Amino acid sequence: MKEMPPILSGSTVAPPDARGRFGAYGGRFVPETLIPALDELEGAWNEARGDPRYREELTELLRTYAGRPTPLFRADRLAKALGLAGRVYLKREDLLHTGAHKLNNTLGQALLAKRMGKRRVIAETGAGQHGVATATVCALLGLECIVYMGTEDVRRQSPNVVRMKLLGAEVRSVDAGSRTLKDAMNEAIRDWVTNVRTTYYCIGSAAGPHPYPVMVRELQKIIGEEIAEQIVDAEGRLPDAVVACVGGGSNAIGALHRFVREPSVTLYGVEAAGHGLESGKHGASLAKGRPGVLHGSRSYVLQTEDGQIAEAHSISAGLDYPGVGPELSHLRDQGRLTVLSATDTEALQAFQTLARSEGILCALESAHAIAALPQVRGALIAVNLSGRGDKDLGTVIEALK
Amino acid sequence: MSRLSEAFSAARAQGRTALVCYAMGGDGDTAALLRAIDAAGADVIELGLPFSDPIADGPVVQAAATRAIAARTTLRDLLSMTSGLRLRAPLVAMGYMNPVESMGSRAFARALREAGLCGAIVPDLPLEEAQPVRDDLAAEGLDLVPLVAPTTPKERAARIARTARGFVYYVSVTGVTGARAALPEDLEARLAELRAVSSVPVAVGFGISRPEQAAALKGKADGVVVGSAVVALHHERGVDAVAGLVRSLRSAL
Repeated sequence: MKEMPPILSGSTVAPPDARGRFGAYGGRFVPETLIPALDELEGAWNEARGDPRYREELTELLRTYAGRPTPLFRADRLAKALGLAGRVYLKREDLLHTGAHKLNNTLGQALLAKRMGKRRVIAETGAGQHGVATATVCALLGLECIVYMGTEDVRRQSPNVVRMKLLGAEVRSVDAGSRTLKDAMNEAIRDWVTNVRTTYYCIGSAAGPHPYPVMVRELQKIIGEEIAEQIVDAEGRLPDAVVACVGGGSNAIGALHRFVREPSVTLYGVEAAGHGLESGKHGASLAKGRPGVLHGSRSYVLQTEDGQIAEAHSISAGLDYPGVGPELSHLRDQGRLTVLSATDTEALQAFQTLARSEGILCALESAHAIAALPQVRGALIAVNLSGRGDKDLGTVIEALK
Repeated sequence: MSRLSEAFSAARAQGRTALVCYAMGGDGDTAALLRAIDAAGADVIELGLPFSDPIADGPVVQAAATRAIAARTTLRDLLSMTSGLRLRAPLVAMGYMNPVESMGSRAFARALREAGLCGAIVPDLPLEEAQPVRDDLAAEGLDLVPLVAPTTPKERAARIARTARGFVYYVSVTGVTGARAALPEDLEARLAELRAVSSVPVAVGFGISRPEQAAALKGKADGVVVGSAVVALHHERGVDAVAGLVRSLRSAL
């Protein structure tokens, strides 16, 4: 494939409904102060996505700046190393500029911020990939950028902190709660409530209040659309299964959305099992959470019996989150999404297996998807390799000692 | 008329603007704190239900919630404590949506009524999502108090006010809870607009900490809410200091 498929193709069909509901999930659970801003954002987004100039500008940047389309690579040695009978293809989002799929979303949102006349952009980040992707597009478009990041993540993803600063962003450490993505998002929301008139909040996950889950999905669904075209080119048919890791869920919904309407394709989401699903130290919201309200929408949430949000755990900062997007919550309930998980140890093992079999150092997030492959059924499997592993080298070196 | 609305009318009948005070449940001796606030003359008391991720709150209330959760405060324990208090001022719960949803809003409403509370304020439950909780509270004879913000357009504020029971909570500033040096210049005008379209009393809160600030709002709203200042003073200097603040706020109003 030489050219990427058209961006933002098709009309936005339900779900979600007009109130941003995916079945029982989604909606808007935020302070009243933000509701008019969300209305403004929804209006601006609908206008932008229908505007050929916006789509052209975004397409041009995705093509010439970000590097779309990304390759789809047939990973025979990986398949052999894992003892798989079928063929495995890796969708190389790790080759996108800034090293992860996150840029698909931040380019679209930053162009929108500019259209809306908002010069101050804030973001939350866990692994730092969304923070770097936001800092990058703000540098590109000349916008002010402030990134909230938990102190625990600042510690374990320090290369990304340096990157954000070099790109001109201000990184604000958040020393509350579990000091990870959840707490960074709380603080970003508080900033937005305070500075709502001048500030654009660039959410990195397909989560948060409506319209974020649908907007982020629309900007990330290009991943699955490319997978579909590329695998048909290579194999003459759609895959039997598509696999992605699930934290908040932006790479997962991006890779999977194209295939929701294809009954022959099984959709797999791989969550972080951390120290084990029964250990209480994991990030498996879909497997072990209950429906609840976190960060502006209703979805599966890890929580205590009393309704306090639980602390998640994962060796990968990007999966260390006690919630998950509303659309994935809905797909799980419908039985359309098969939920798997991989422990810290299994992810580390898969990280090394991929490195040695194919010469690819992937992000620890993506390593969870690789680790789950022996549980995936099908002769033709596509895996979203959502990011590259440079940011994780410190964690990996420490863990392998 | 609801007990909450009545508390505002009673203050007005005495020529006062009602004083609403907030206390975080489970942060220290809550029973003693609520009794002290009540005895010092608050007209309505908000009982904060601690939540791990309070996105509408500033550092003072966040820290209090963290202490309350660390002390293993549960919603049920808090409510069973308040049920024996027999306060003069009506109590209204202020808490976030997830614990409400976790318990189930019907069970939540029943538990509030059994504990003698008059209603709830849920800052992350806007108009479009509020009806199920409002209905479940109403079925127990309780009020869901909605919030209106500085960013809320006029027409929307009127729609919110129409759904209000007990009172409407006007958020004075864009931002989270906590003391502010100054309040917005258009605050009086916004309050006047809201009072003109609301059939229930309008209380104003967020950012108000000192008697001078309260005095400046006398007669401009039906009630003035002081939260973070009470929480901070209680944590730093104890119940007697809070009683002193409540008395000086009340006399300023």
